[in-house]
Amino acid sequence: MNDRDTLKDHRREVKIFKNRIVLAAFCLVLLTGLLLSRLFVLQVVQYEELSTKSDENRIHLKPIPPTRGLIYDTHGILLADNKPSFNLSLIKERIKDLDTTVRDLASLINISEEEVQGFYKRLRKRRAPYEPVPLKHGLTEEEIAIISVNEQRFTGVEIEAQLVRFYPQAEPFAHAVGYVGKINERELKRLDPQKYSGMRSIGKIGVERFYEEDLLGQVGYQEVETNARGRVLRVLNQQDPQPGVNLTLYLDSYLQQVSYEALAGKRGAIVAIEPKTGGILAMVSQPSYDPNLFVSGIPYKTYSVLRDHPDRPLYNRASLGEYPPASTIKPMLALAALDLGVREPSFKIFDPGYYKLPNKPRLYRNWKRGGHGWVNLERAVYVSNDTYFYDLALNMGIDDLHDYLTKFGLGKRTAMDVAEQRPGLIPSREWKEGVKGVPWFPGETLISGIGQGYMLSTPLQLATATAVIANRGKWIQPKLLKSASGEIKRELPTAPESIEVSNPAYWDFVNESMRKVVHDPRGTANYRIGKDLQYTMAGKTGTAQVVGIKQNERYDAKKLKKIHHDHGLFIAFAPIENPQIAIAVIVENGGGGSSAAAPVARKVLDAYLLPKLAEQRLAVSKSE
Amino acid sequence: MSPEYVRQLSSVTHGQLSKPPGFWFKLHLDPILLGALLLLTAGGLFILFSASGQSESIMTRQSIYLAIGFVVMALFAQVPPRIFCRWAPWVYLIGLALLVAVLLFGTGAKGAQRWIAVPGMSSVRFQPSEIMKLVMPIVVAWFLSKHIVPPSFKAVIGTLLLVAIPVGLIAKQPDLGTSLLVAAAGIFVLLLAGLRWRFIFGAVMLAVPAVYVMWHFVMREYQKQRVLTFLEPEKDPWGAGWNIIQSKVAIGSGGIHGKGWLAGTQSHLDFLPESHTDFIIAVLAEEFGLIGVVLLLCVYAVIITRGIIISAKAQTLFGKLLAGSVTLTFFVYIFVNIGMVSGLLPVVGVPLPLVSRGGTSIVTLMAGFGILMSIHTHRTLLGRTT
Repeated sequence: MNDRDTLKDHRREVKIFKNRIVLAAFCLVLLTGLLLSRLFVLQVVQYEELSTKSDENRIHLKPIPPTRGLIYDTHGILLADNKPSFNLSLIKERIKDLDTTVRDLASLINISEEEVQGFYKRLRKRRAPYEPVPLKHGLTEEEIAIISVNEQRFTGVEIEAQLVRFYPQAEPFAHAVGYVGKINERELKRLDPQKYSGMRSIGKIGVERFYEEDLLGQVGYQEVETNARGRVLRVLNQQDPQPGVNLTLYLDSYLQQVSYEALAGKRGAIVAIEPKTGGILAMVSQPSYDPNLFVSGIPYKTYSVLRDHPDRPLYNRASLGEYPPASTIKPMLALAALDLGVREPSFKIFDPGYYKLPNKPRLYRNWKRGGHGWVNLERAVYVSNDTYFYDLALNMGIDDLHDYLTKFGLGKRTAMDVAEQRPGLIPSREWKEGVKGVPWFPGETLISGIGQGYMLSTPLQLATATAVIANRGKWIQPKLLKSASGEIKRELPTAPESIEVSNPAYWDFVNESMRKVVHDPRGTANYRIGKDLQYTMAGKTGTAQVVGIKQNERYDAKKLKKIHHDHGLFIAFAPIENPQIAIAVIVENGGGGSSAAAPVARKVLDAYLLPKLAEQRLAVSKSE
Repeated sequence: MSPEYVRQLSSVTHGQLSKPPGFWFKLHLDPILLGALLLLTAGGLFILFSASGQSESIMTRQSIYLAIGFVVMALFAQVPPRIFCRWAPWVYLIGLALLVAVLLFGTGAKGAQRWIAVPGMSSVRFQPSEIMKLVMPIVVAWFLSKHIVPPSFKAVIGTLLLVAIPVGLIAKQPDLGTSLLVAAAGIFVLLLAGLRWRFIFGAVMLAVPAVYVMWHFVMREYQKQRVLTFLEPEKDPWGAGWNIIQSKVAIGSGGIHGKGWLAGTQSHLDFLPESHTDFIIAVLAEEFGLIGVVLLLCVYAVIITRGIIISAKAQTLFGKLLAGSVTLTFFVYIFVNIGMVSGLLPVVGVPLPLVSRGGTSIVTLMAGFGILMSIHTHRTLLGRTT
């Protein structure tokens, strides 16, 4: 013991230490209490919240996209298929240096600047953590092989297999079937995110758009447990996706192809309808485009070429194209006149080549310069006499004219399931006062009588009206859908009321006058298509003016620019005894209906009816 | 009254001489402490098994370290306290030398030099800073027991110097957590020795500018980041805040009963970082719930209470100060670790004593308990010989 030790006051020493150790013990109790209360807060007070967080951490719902319903033509030929496609996708959270990875990938396979920009754009959008973001779509087998070989180098890079839409028939069906495309911003806001989770595309136009709800199917879910790096460790639960409904359309691939080719090199549209069912057998718009371009997002350059092309290939002329129906409405007006008692079949007028309103200087010309001389109603239809119909329209008045044409489905959307339809326009007094703010003039009634002036209709409407004539007034609803593999959720509009006339014989009259258009040597379509027909056809030509011809001038195609040439129209149904097909053809700036449109219609009708007739003959010869 | 008499009298009042030395006393072991330590380490192995992802190699290593730890504890318990007292300055100097060696030849990870390889056995490494945790209370207790209590200003300055040198060296590695614990071990001796309140208040007043100096001149960027993250973990949930958020989620989602052994999703799915080292308490909290944590705290409480009793019963000032400091430091370990894992304190890298994985820490801690046992069991012998 050294000296200092002896100087110590041990009693005091013990007392001080005792005080301090008691104080320390007191502090320990306090601090332990603090720890315990902290644990209590976490484990009892915040238990619900934190255990939810813990579950959210590990359990992720992974959507399993359903397979989209297939679309078949009436014979079961695939119009819209699903085809596996491989995407190169990146998971941002698992990649250390995103830019380098993208650059390295681009050095291995061909990735365009546009694709890279698109990738970064997608990356900025709202998304779940660890969700793969596609960099390149539609990898080739070679590219897949290259990526697979270099797999070790790229963590967080995935090749995703995905089913994408494929349209094997491409151009001829583009307008009718439509296409799917990438879901855009606007759609994203509108769509039910639940229904579309995991989906990248949506029906944009045509059948694909109209039956989107049904084709889509139901998303399935996989409840997966993932680790902190997003790796799926096990599947806790799975709900299988429900594939979309398969659709069979009335469209006939063969007829569609024939129609498409019949219009080749022209701008125009064809709509063919089966009168009994209303089934749309063919619906073609020329020129067209390859719908497959749109499926995985169309490159902007390709799109702008299509969009800005003067022939407007993206424009569906069949149901959106609004043209003056011209003389094709004459059979309908003839029926109206008879039914209203405005005209007797025997009533004749003299046509000097023009019509004149009393006390008005203006001449309303017949298409035939010298006139047709004495014309009755029937002849007025099959020679397409304008003078007669000026007079008829004037006598009938715009109100009845409007009412009757509307009964045939003109001026409104009547097709059941054509996604894009324009209503066209059948003018009335109310319409003119409402829209133009000026009263109706009698002169306007006159030109309405020959389907000009304000009047507009779509090829789809004309084909529908023709089918109604073929059905002798019985309304059918034009439709694409023949059958579906499941229940259709989409609400479908019903058909308008059928046309009742006071004497059914009036329908015979209309049929006969239209038969003569084709079969009578004086009929407007006889020279072009009536000579060697193997079946009976009722038709009506129409020539729609694109530019007004001045009072003292004559229409001379040679002097006009092509885009100012008349549109050629033709409507027809056949065979007359048992109508199986009704058709409307329009050839833009093609000239007269008889020369431009009727031959096109004949090709389509031949293609449809001749094999059937041959079959019938074969059956008859067998039974004999 | 002679000092000798007072010492004997106080011993009598504590009732030490009334009990005859028993079996454990002869072995120089304390049955209560030993039992609690066995319980703690066994339970710790259970948790580690889960936290390490049932890693056999980690379990084997930990078991070996624990075995070594118990042996070291038993050996230290045989050494009479006066030997520690006598050797204190020399051990301290060796410790300082090792710390300097670490800075010169040390190895380490994550930008810190903390380890030193045993010459000729390159695979065996140890952390001199850990040894300092033990040396520090011994040397300060030695120093202060040579002075009058409460310590004079000069003695306080001397103590602070003794503390500051190794703490500075450890902070330079850098290892903030360990340097703070080493400092605490020394300061506790000072406080237990009756550091005057005016010094204590003065230190608190000085703390404010000290914190400023620390922040701007001493702390490394990563250390500042830890503190900032602690203050607002949600600001960087995928980066620095991740650890704190995920460990809170782990603890909280355990609830009262826990998710069951080996069923903690946070740790098993890698959401919880460092789950078998510093954050192991979160695994316990997740799998065994509040009940599990409270049970663990109970075992710790037994150890600490026993430590306090031992220090209270110690016959010499050196023994009292040393036992008290070892015990308090042990508590600080627990408090800082649980505090940081539960988001109460910034993350400073302090393991959960005797449960977290780690060899040097186990051995030094067990050596500390050996010293406690030595202080307790050499009492009467000391009394007889002096």
